[in-house]
Amino acid sequence: MKHYIQVGLLSVLLLSVNLLSSCMAGKAHGGLNPTTVIVAGSTSVQPYVEILVEEYRLLYPDNAVGVQGGGSSAGIRAVLNEIAEIGMSSRALNQEEKELGLWSVEIALDGLAIVVHPDNKVENLTMEQVRDIYSRKITNWSEVNGEDRKIHIISREEGSGTRSAFQDLVMGDEMIAPRAIVQNSNGAVRQLVSSDRNAIGFISLGLAEPQPGLQPVKALNLDGFSPTQENVLSGEYELYRAFLFISEDEPTGAARHFVSFVLSEEGQRILSGEGLIPAREMALTGGEGVSDEEV
Amino acid sequence: MKKFKEKLSGRIFFILALSTISALVLITIFIFVEGMPLIAEVGLFNFIFGMVWSPSQGHFGIFPMIVGTVSVTFGAALIGIPVGICCSIFMAEFAPARMRSIFRPAIQLLAGIPSVVYGFWGLIYIVPIIRDRLGGPGLSVLAGSVILAIMILPTIISISEVSIMALPRHYKEGALALGMTHWQTIWRVQLPAAKSGIVAGVILGIGRAVGETMVVIMVLGNAVALPESILDPVRTLTTNIGIEMGYAAGKHQQALFATGIVLFILIMILNITAQIITRRKSK
Repeated sequence: MKHYIQVGLLSVLLLSVNLLSSCMAGKAHGGLNPTTVIVAGSTSVQPYVEILVEEYRLLYPDNAVGVQGGGSSAGIRAVLNEIAEIGMSSRALNQEEKELGLWSVEIALDGLAIVVHPDNKVENLTMEQVRDIYSRKITNWSEVNGEDRKIHIISREEGSGTRSAFQDLVMGDEMIAPRAIVQNSNGAVRQLVSSDRNAIGFISLGLAEPQPGLQPVKALNLDGFSPTQENVLSGEYELYRAFLFISEDEPTGAARHFVSFVLSEEGQRILSGEGLIPAREMALTGGEGVSDEEV
Repeated sequence: MKKFKEKLSGRIFFILALSTISALVLITIFIFVEGMPLIAEVGLFNFIFGMVWSPSQGHFGIFPMIVGTVSVTFGAALIGIPVGICCSIFMAEFAPARMRSIFRPAIQLLAGIPSVVYGFWGLIYIVPIIRDRLGGPGLSVLAGSVILAIMILPTIISISEVSIMALPRHYKEGALALGMTHWQTIWRVQLPAAKSGIVAGVILGIGRAVGETMVVIMVLGNAVALPESILDPVRTLTTNIGIEMGYAAGKHQQALFATGIVLFILIMILNITAQIITRRKSK
């Protein structure tokens, strides 16, 4: 009997090791042919990159690019584990990640819109008011020229790129109140705000615009400036963050070709058409220059 | 030859059975290996009783989520247990055979609805009703409790019903012969006799409520704060993992595994209790 148990245990172990290793192998190649460039990471960036990939496929049918979500941190981890060639991030690299010497490039800027229910009378908030609302120093809409209703604050989950951008740009050292409702995607925040008259939330600017089949939300002006591409470009609307491509080293080969496409005039035009602010124009107004060789 | 075949098939089944257990062992080891370092670093007391959850700033306290899990589960039990037990009594004692043949599959069907569907339904119907009628953001302990109560009904009903039906016939016949009414028989004889089965059903139902994730992510609001009323949003242990895993890295990820350890132990305790109670009955 003892012998059986030993044989049994051994075979189970072998089986599980086999399974595990085949899982990992599957992951490494993403189930696609080995020349496929895998882009993984932020779910905020993902929809835009998917659109880029569609165009890229039309132009270069031989080059395959696969896009996966998972979140900014997961994207960076995927790059480090060499599961993905390129990581997408909707937040700046943190200290820990910077020390790893990762290569990164800004592909576009994305405004953050402060959104409320369309029936809400408030049109404008100052940066300070937004901060006070999210730290619950202001808890009633009447304190910011609205109706006498309690404010329901909606935030994103810890670790989200959108949340960390909001934390850096608006909150500074203040903490987002723990009592804030937490939703784990731009879409969920939008859905909730569109159905709750008392709610306030922050989402990617491109998603704040009216969309077919979805109830509308109202994007507030910040310090008197409306959240438009122009106002972000001129620097007057101050809530925006960069979308980054991240790689272990400066990409080469197929990955480099795709990155250059994204940074090319054509790629930037597509992103701009989807509501993002092109990185290259920011580059002209003082950011780091971006070269678009090979395209 | 026959003997060999016999032996071989026995061995194959043994190996397959072992692989199930080895999956359990692998997962358990994995959760503990990933989560323990963080608990060791933060300290068990600080982890379990800490009030602030902010992994990016190094705060790892899950007490609000433990309270969240307990309050939502308690709410679900408060609604689900009376309804469930009454329903099982009805099915076992009052329902004519034909009605029972409709009720039973219907309740089993209730168990087969995917939890994401419950969550979506709750978000679209229950949450707005609470928001409009009772105030608050709608995403609340109450919304979660109502939906979880419906979800745990099938477990409670089917196990309670089976244990009432399994009682020896002479319990009921004896009680009726002594002049007790039907209701007295149920209340004084059958329910006490079937108690262990019913309690086991209730505990398994509660276990399901504690472990449920998708529904609560959608309707609880996920705020990491102690609820002041049943209209406040809360976060449970499961939601904490579900909502943050996509973006978690490093210590944050360890903290989510550590949350998993607490959840694992909680559900283990519930299941073991249910086992002990049912086993005591069979002696």
